[in-house]
Amino acid sequence: MNKKTFNPIDILSIVLIFSIFYFVFIGSKNYSQVAVQQKGIILSVKYLPLYSFYSILRVFIAFILSFIFAIIYGYLAYSNKTLEIFLIPLLDVLQSIPVLSFLPPVFFFMFSVFNGSRIGLELASIILIFTGQVWNLIFSFYNSLKTTPRELDECAKINRLNFWQRFTLLDLPHASINLIWNSMMSVAGGWFFLMACENFSIIDQSYTITGLGSFLAKASEEGNLNLMLLGLGTLILIIILIDQLIWRPLIAWSSKFKLEEKGEKEIKSIVLDWYQKSNIINFLSKTFVSPFDKMMTKIFSKKKSSSENFTVEVIKKIASYIIFGLIFLLILRGFEGLIKLISSVSLKDWILIFKSGFYTFIRVILAVAIGYMWTIPVGVKIGINPKLSKYAQPIVQILASIPATAIFPIILLFFLKFKGGLNISSIILMALGTQWYLLFNVISGANQIPEDLIEVSKIFDIKGKKWWSILAVPAIFSSLVTGGITAWGGAWNSSIVSEYVNFGGKVYQITGLGSLISSATQSGNTPLLASSTLFMAIIVVLFNRFFWRRMYTLSEEKYHLE
Amino acid sequence: MNLLEVKNISKKFQFPGKKEIYVLKNINFNVKEGEIVSILGPSGSGKSTLIRIIAGLIKPDEGIVLYRNKVVTDVNPGVSMVFQNFGLFPWLTVEENVLLGLISKEMSIEEKKEKALKVIDTVGLDGFEKAYPKELSGGMKQRVGVARALVVEPDILIMDEPFSSLDILTAENLKDDLLELWIGNKIPTKAIVLITHNIEEAVYMSDRIIIISKDPGRIVEEIEVNIPHWRDKNSPKFLSLIDRVYTTLTGGEIEKEKEILRASKEILIVPYARVGAITGFVELIADLGGKTDLFKIGTELYINLEDLLPVVEASELIGFTNYKQGDVELTEDGEKFVEADVLKKKEIFREKVLENVFLIKQIVRVLKSKANKRISEDFFLDILERRLTRSEAEKQLDILIDWGRYAELFTYDDETDELILEEETEINLEK
Repeated sequence: MNKKTFNPIDILSIVLIFSIFYFVFIGSKNYSQVAVQQKGIILSVKYLPLYSFYSILRVFIAFILSFIFAIIYGYLAYSNKTLEIFLIPLLDVLQSIPVLSFLPPVFFFMFSVFNGSRIGLELASIILIFTGQVWNLIFSFYNSLKTTPRELDECAKINRLNFWQRFTLLDLPHASINLIWNSMMSVAGGWFFLMACENFSIIDQSYTITGLGSFLAKASEEGNLNLMLLGLGTLILIIILIDQLIWRPLIAWSSKFKLEEKGEKEIKSIVLDWYQKSNIINFLSKTFVSPFDKMMTKIFSKKKSSSENFTVEVIKKIASYIIFGLIFLLILRGFEGLIKLISSVSLKDWILIFKSGFYTFIRVILAVAIGYMWTIPVGVKIGINPKLSKYAQPIVQILASIPATAIFPIILLFFLKFKGGLNISSIILMALGTQWYLLFNVISGANQIPEDLIEVSKIFDIKGKKWWSILAVPAIFSSLVTGGITAWGGAWNSSIVSEYVNFGGKVYQITGLGSLISSATQSGNTPLLASSTLFMAIIVVLFNRFFWRRMYTLSEEKYHLE
Repeated sequence: MNLLEVKNISKKFQFPGKKEIYVLKNINFNVKEGEIVSILGPSGSGKSTLIRIIAGLIKPDEGIVLYRNKVVTDVNPGVSMVFQNFGLFPWLTVEENVLLGLISKEMSIEEKKEKALKVIDTVGLDGFEKAYPKELSGGMKQRVGVARALVVEPDILIMDEPFSSLDILTAENLKDDLLELWIGNKIPTKAIVLITHNIEEAVYMSDRIIIISKDPGRIVEEIEVNIPHWRDKNSPKFLSLIDRVYTTLTGGEIEKEKEILRASKEILIVPYARVGAITGFVELIADLGGKTDLFKIGTELYINLEDLLPVVEASELIGFTNYKQGDVELTEDGEKFVEADVLKKKEIFREKVLENVFLIKQIVRVLKSKANKRISEDFFLDILERRLTRSEAEKQLDILIDWGRYAELFTYDDETDELILEEETEINLEK
């Protein structure tokens, strides 16, 4: 520990903590005021910090919920073979459902529980953000549990670690690296759909939840470029700050959880050094974290005698039967409801759904193709050149973290003047939102091309087209597939915000599944919403199963670099 | 007194779409206080499953394990384990890893720390308490593994191939240090169960060797080692014991193969040895004068028995060598093969596999009967899968393709997953 009782970092931390307190205070005081003043938002710079604070809070509450949910879901799927059969395919489907489709059920539930109060609306918004964040976290934790090294698992069993000890000493540390990367992706997803989650219409009634997202949405509704830029600038600033203050230190810190050391460069973070030297953080961890850990350990290590053990087993068994029964009933009921809903959709609407699906399909393919077209050459150039990648990586990372939805209105401003402008901007938005997955994967793939293969191609003077077809593309094939799967899913999801927009006081829409879902939400046409969502989920899942999975096996078998 | 009793243990595994297969069958033995028992067997003999049953990590299908006359139902309370790949938590320091052993014990943290530091000192890691595993060498890592197992002062220390991922010198060093702790009564451990596939290690360390065979894992023999510690590895008694263990272990295997061979020419399985390994082995025997002690090759070249065995079996099957009671001898064809140039070698190899390897002959016959001289690999995989699991069948076909390619009998197209007959080769099947 530091001999000095106080260092500059502590002062910084104190300022930070107190400013948070201040914001919470001001926020709670102003909230009702702001909410009452107008059913919506005041487009003024004065309120921007406050709105940002609300949005940050919302995204992080949603993230914490997602995290907890992911841990529970992951454990359930991992530890119960019967549940696993349900839960994992279910996850596949849930992941392919766009955020907006969750809106009506979440909204009406919250509306009725909280009697239409602001709290209900607030919670609805948080849950919406949650539905955009949680799925990849679950996958990540579940996969980590599945890949726990056998010897560590056995060691934990032989030394009788209780649940809490196992969780904190083995499962969580082992999962941490993947969880942190996925958390970054999740929070980025939260920002991406922030506008849709804070400002939505349902049954022709629009709801605005005060926040940066609704600020941006309102600014674009009014077509006010200055305010749009201002909001966007604030958002970028927040994202950079969060990146530097939270994610980078976390990533640097988590390198100690690597199972094996490979010759990778270590990611450094000055902020992490600050944190580690900070007395306040030491103090906090001593006064709160350690006692909490002790308490949990105690709770989970209550000794069971053998007779208790037996009753516990019986109770567990009965409980699991009840849970299964409930799940089964729920599925049955849901299925029945779904059938009823869908059967009430007219043939004309079905034709519309198929047509819309086809159009969106074309747009998604185009968007992913555009993404591939520029990311492959650029990514490979960066990836095989260590000097270039050192400078390019951080820049790319920051660019990638800017939610494309926030730039979208600015794009619209230019393209809406032309005929078919929304069509073009819709594809651009899809491409903008998803190209980063491709770029990251291409760079990391190209990074791993063995040096000797590059040398061989130099010696035999393999250049141009040949170089790409013989060396580069096969070598990064598996990265192209991994990036492609994510990009493809993301593009479908973003169709809901790109095909239907409220801009400059007017609603613009083009034929597509996304706009169908958005307008069905708006008009409260639940049967149409359910069936078009279902249709989208089916397309995405089927394509994953039959196209991407095949590509994936191909990459594993043929283009595997050892 | 019997610390541990293993009674009629059997364990089956279910392979998808196939009958259950016994990996362990009717295992019976005891471990008494004050002895080191080695369990020795080739890979696939289920020895690792066996000790996990003893430790209570896996439940047996039949039989029971008794610890101090009490049936083990959960994790065995008297047991602590050292793992092959150390099983260290990379995110915990040496001290924290050792403390993990005491995590469920009821004592104060100070007491735990004192105990941990003492045991870290005992295994010779003083000064490394705060180091992370990745900063340590393999030998030191395993010392942490041993320390963690010893800190709970277990009655029985189970060691799962603890030296096999260390280099030779480090392993020897650690073995001696461990024996010193044991002989000098510096640790309260009452018995050690050591899993190994290294014969010399078993004879050097243990008081009793239990030899297990594979398919299914059964106890073949129990051999007492009545040589006091420290044992001289060059003494006649030591060497003759090694020979005895060796013959039991290899003899059984190869005799069994021979029996099957004699019983039917249509033997399905070929040993998992690639052509490169077989030619290398045959040339090595020639260099050693055409006849040599198999065990010598193993120890001199530091090759594990289980790596060597398939190669010996393969070259025997093809007809290049003969194995008799621990000795390998080159056959006439084997000598011809060694002296031939590259092309001639292929020719001899081709003749011999067509003569002796039923499956190769079968593949060539099928390919010849096809008009386009090619057929999907699935055809053969399906046939093989009647007797083998999917992954075994794939491995089997892999080897057959390797042999067929070298012999220029047929080749394999990776794009279409097909086997293709080599057209130019004149193949006389009747020979």
